Amino acid sequence: MPKPKVAFYWCASCGGCEETVVDLAEDILGVVEKVDIVLWPVAMDFKYKDVGAMADQSIFATLLNGAIRSTEQEAMAHLLRRKSRYLIAYGSCACTGGIPGLANQFPREQILKFNYEDAPSVVNEAKTRPQLVFEEDGRRPHLPELHHVVRSLDQVVAVDYYIPGCPPTPKLTLAAVAALLDGRLPPKGSVLAPDIALCEECPRRDSKPTDLSFTEFKRPHQKLLDPDQCFLTQGVVCMGPATRQGCEAQCIAGNMPCTGCFGGTDRVKDQGAKLLSSLCSNLGPKEEAGINQVLAGIPDPVGTFYRYGLARSLLRRKVDL
Amino acid sequence: MTKEWTPRIVAFFCNWCTYTAADLAGVSRMKYAANTRTIRLMCSGRVDPQFILEAFARGADGVLIGGCHPNDCHYGEGNYKMLRRFALLQRMLQDLGIGEERLRLEWISAAEGEKVKSVINDMVKKITALGPLDLPGKCADWDRELTELAPAVEPAPVESEVTHA
Repeated sequence: MPKPKVAFYWCASCGGCEETVVDLAEDILGVVEKVDIVLWPVAMDFKYKDVGAMADQSIFATLLNGAIRSTEQEAMAHLLRRKSRYLIAYGSCACTGGIPGLANQFPREQILKFNYEDAPSVVNEAKTRPQLVFEEDGRRPHLPELHHVVRSLDQVVAVDYYIPGCPPTPKLTLAAVAALLDGRLPPKGSVLAPDIALCEECPRRDSKPTDLSFTEFKRPHQKLLDPDQCFLTQGVVCMGPATRQGCEAQCIAGNMPCTGCFGGTDRVKDQGAKLLSSLCSNLGPKEEAGINQVLAGIPDPVGTFYRYGLARSLLRRKVDL
Repeated sequence: MTKEWTPRIVAFFCNWCTYTAADLAGVSRMKYAANTRTIRLMCSGRVDPQFILEAFARGADGVLIGGCHPNDCHYGEGNYKMLRRFALLQRMLQDLGIGEERLRLEWISAAEGEKVKSVINDMVKKITALGPLDLPGKCADWDRELTELAPAVEPAPVESEVTHA
């Protein structure tokens, strides 16, 4: 029997998700033994036209990481959807838009202008910008066009499963691949990580008081952090209460609060709104001036509560762009 | 749509004070703008910020929250929880382009039917001046690029690939 075909693809991402696949270390040999990798641009040389030539549904599973923000990524998402039996959104960007999703706060022109003209490290006196089509040596190369809006994978094509994380852990990845290969699959649309908040598996759980009363918020660089106390008791925003577990609290072990990369649990529609709600309810002051003074410690609520999820949040984007 | 646009406002009223006040306004036959869709909750502290965001996402032009005056909450602290969430939520919505006048919090006791009328009339007036928010329409506009930009990508001819022979 031929081995099942597997594809890895990347869209708007940093490469960290690819790193996780590499971090499988010798375990990857066990995976490679059982599958044929047919596309993996970061590590192996395949052509898109080879994928185009394959029969529809002939790839068993595609793990796609990165958000969708260009016409090429969109076209590849459609192509891989057509060719794959299972399309898996791999990592925060594919699941919920990820860090690139924060670009949904700015107009496209502002982003292009900063990156090609205004950034302090850019030298571009002619203000050259990439063109969609240009002539060179008799050839006509094409470049993809940047979308105005950053999207999660499921805002572009149907997605079968989600593996969250920035990046997902090797352990979750192996478990998901094993479940796929053995046919032990949960209902379509499931997130392949536990459906319970991070606090439950947090090593500092016992130091979280039942009654919190915030009198100030500090960002991690503004304070020496006690390595044993719950971050919330130290007045540091930790997304743990509103974030799905499965990461084994790695950031907490490194004495950094959770920033929410696993997204919310199944019952949550908007992770950011949920944490905002929980934090604010537990503020100490009861009058406006005192409340605003405490909340001044959260200067960028969008970047804090939607660090990985703005594109897939209820509002999706700054609405007046 | 031929009908002239008027604002749609979702109003979350607490059972013990503001909803009762709205009832009072009704039985007193007060007349006020018919632009609110009232949702009764047990307490303003029950207003999950998700409800507010979802109301906007589904087409509300404004969201009004009514609760008991400070110290009057039936459950003791619920209205303070709402007040604190409101402060950050309003700032965050502004960062996302939804102006502060579109989200309003008012303390209205069960005896203040008149205040229900004046607050709703005032909010309708202000939002009418702001114009529609229309998030569902905006989402549809944003997603038009998925169909409109796609044909712009011509697949490069296979032969044009660089060969390293």
